[in-house]
Amino acid sequence: MSAPIDNGFKGSAARNAAARARLLRGLLPALSLALVLAAIAWLNPRAISYFGFSLMLNLAIPIALATIAQMFVIAGNELDLSIGTFVGFVGCVTATWLKDAPLIGVAILAGSIGIYALLGALIHLRNLPSIVVTLGMSFVWQGLAILVLPKPGGKAPDWLLAIMSFKPPLIPFPIIAALLIAAVVHFGLMRTSYGAILRGSGGNPAALRRAGWSLLKTKIVLFALAGLFGVLSGMALIGITTSADANIGNGYTLLAIAGVILGGGEFVGGRVSPIGAVIGALTLALAASPLLTFMHIPPDWQVAANGAILIIVLAARVLISRRER
Amino acid sequence: MADADVIRLNGAEKHFGAANVEVVRLDGAEKYFGAVRALAGVDFHVVSGECVGLVGHNGAGKSTLMHMVAGTLTPDAGTIGVHGNAEAHYSVSRAQQLGIRCVFQELSLCPNLSVAENTRINHAALSGFGWRRRAADLISAKLDEIFPDHGISAWDIVGDLSIGRRQMVEVARAFTVTRDRLDLVILDEPTSSLDAHTAGQLLAFVRRFVAGGGSCILISHVLGEVLRNADRIVVMRDGKVVASDAAGAFDRDRLVTVMGGTEARERTAAQAAAAKPGASPLRVRARPAGQADGKDLVACAGEIIGLAGLAGHGQTDLLLRIFDAAARAKAGIEVTAPVALVAGDRQSDGIFPQWSIAQNIGIRSLARLRNGLLISPRREAELATLWQKKIGIRTPDMDNNIFSLSGGNQQKALFARALGSDAEIVLMDDPMRGVDIGTKLEVYDLVREEAAKGRTFLWYTTETEELDNCDHIYVFKNGRIVANLTRDELTEEKIIQSSFGDAA
Repeated sequence: MSAPIDNGFKGSAARNAAARARLLRGLLPALSLALVLAAIAWLNPRAISYFGFSLMLNLAIPIALATIAQMFVIAGNELDLSIGTFVGFVGCVTATWLKDAPLIGVAILAGSIGIYALLGALIHLRNLPSIVVTLGMSFVWQGLAILVLPKPGGKAPDWLLAIMSFKPPLIPFPIIAALLIAAVVHFGLMRTSYGAILRGSGGNPAALRRAGWSLLKTKIVLFALAGLFGVLSGMALIGITTSADANIGNGYTLLAIAGVILGGGEFVGGRVSPIGAVIGALTLALAASPLLTFMHIPPDWQVAANGAILIIVLAARVLISRRER
Repeated sequence: MADADVIRLNGAEKHFGAANVEVVRLDGAEKYFGAVRALAGVDFHVVSGECVGLVGHNGAGKSTLMHMVAGTLTPDAGTIGVHGNAEAHYSVSRAQQLGIRCVFQELSLCPNLSVAENTRINHAALSGFGWRRRAADLISAKLDEIFPDHGISAWDIVGDLSIGRRQMVEVARAFTVTRDRLDLVILDEPTSSLDAHTAGQLLAFVRRFVAGGGSCILISHVLGEVLRNADRIVVMRDGKVVASDAAGAFDRDRLVTVMGGTEARERTAAQAAAAKPGASPLRVRARPAGQADGKDLVACAGEIIGLAGLAGHGQTDLLLRIFDAAARAKAGIEVTAPVALVAGDRQSDGIFPQWSIAQNIGIRSLARLRNGLLISPRREAELATLWQKKIGIRTPDMDNNIFSLSGGNQQKALFARALGSDAEIVLMDDPMRGVDIGTKLEVYDLVREEAAKGRTFLWYTTETEELDNCDHIYVFKNGRIVANLTRDELTEEKIIQSSFGDAA
């Protein structure tokens, strides 16, 4: 009656399968990035060079930072629909106050991070849906941005321009920046002891409360971190574009959400991956405009094509992770 | 002093002079949830070096009382004292400092974190450099101590573990010690997801812990467990303590009588062996995925089929495959009638948390409840009321949210969902976990009644007693059927033998 092959203890076999599925899911973002890179290399081999990467990935840094900001919010089972206009607002402040009156500029940016923290507190205390609160805030940020900079213009501070145009030897700056962002956030969220608490607040809030942790505090910290990375994103963006526009960050809301999900994160359950999020942001940045330009898609159609690529990439992710389950 | 309650301490007081020191005491504790009185002036205490068994029906107030001891709820009236000092501002963190831990019935692990990270959540001291390694060592050592050969790695993500293993982690975590002291551990249904082997390991550990001067409160619906392992048993009913006596003063019948409600009934095989139709139509024929020797699980109309064996050995997988096969043909599985599933993990797989009780019951029967394109609220309410009466769901209003019910009543609602549907085959994935004995007996009766009407039940259970209700039992091991017993052949030894038998 004994079967020829024994698969070992059932539980551990199932667990290994689950771990393998998770590993594959973890590799998925890297895989999609490789796919986009391969397509670019095929369409235009000269793009795969120091100069090509510097150019193509230039805008990837602010996108990666905005994606990380969104990731912190998603880690706590919330969603931030205001991150795009917030990045735009920060950009406008950076191109005006931060250059002309640095102290006031810094105070405004610090204050805006404080507002993010307060939003976290409000959402937790009043048990409000974050989508509603942040959707409302997105109009507030947009309005403020227009107040600060009614028409496109302004100028980035010189030190910021200097940082963003830094040309390290061998490896293009955007790649180094992406590695640095991924490493720092990975350490902070995935390796520190409080990072475990932050992720736990998305995984099982009730358990955390019972263990004596303050969910108010975790939510405030997560939203403040989102604000901080939103500020960094806006500054990095202006450092690249050199001047600002109140609508400059509007597309970032969706890009940031897509980047988190593409990077292996999930909307609920505190399952996020900083490294994956950065890779997801890079993939989207590459797929957004360089790939389309090389495919000779006219600019009029690029936005629509962009959306189509987003849907294809995310659908592929869902399909693959479902098959593994 | 609690002279009246001095109980057999298995000699623990000889080693620990402090055996009669009270760890925790509640006097006149009251709690109201809205208009519902959950606790009506309860006096309760635990001394060091004793294991207190706490029994009572679901909704008797056990959980509420334990939440107070653990600091997650504050009493509306009454006082609480720990280690002899009154605590005016008692809270979870205060309870932790004072050495009181609780393993709650609903699992309180974060599924997205590793075992080590989950340990960290309960220990503020696990921080700073090297905390991951320290947390991993701490939990691994405790798992080794309680459940030798547990097969859990500290780096496993909890969501990947089976529910039994999760419970093992949860229990082990409660016994880990870093900075704070550890005097009292509340175990609320600690064995509900464990198989007999690991449950035995846990209870043996509890006895060792108590012999070493620690205290435990053991809540279990498996009365034998309480009778065998508690020093003193406290019985609750309707928010009051109705009996408190040395464990030796109780036996099963007396416990059930004191708990009230359903009178004590020993189910015997003979009693249940009603006349079964000899050649009833085939309902399910299924072969587990890894089965190489051609054994099939066969169920006919009117049969109750038991799936036994250690937890997590492929029983749930087979049930789910049968469920899938009902919708879309699958190789190796034949299903000839509509199927309904009563999930084991009701929080994640069974309940729609935002919905009312009536909606939760009606979801499986929408086709019948429809009126044109819309769901008829009247028919939904009728269905709900019918099953409220039939299965005894205790609520003033079936339109209340499902979470207003106690755990056992939530499970009843899920049974009503399955039994109220057109399903001729009902799959039960260990659904009686953590359900009180009264509810269980009611559901057993109902299952037999429905089976007599021709319904087929496939019943996976980790409690051997429940198998007495089955006509036929398949024992699983490593995802395969290893034994096939009729009711007359069924003994606990046989099952254990098959579960642990030959093939390593």
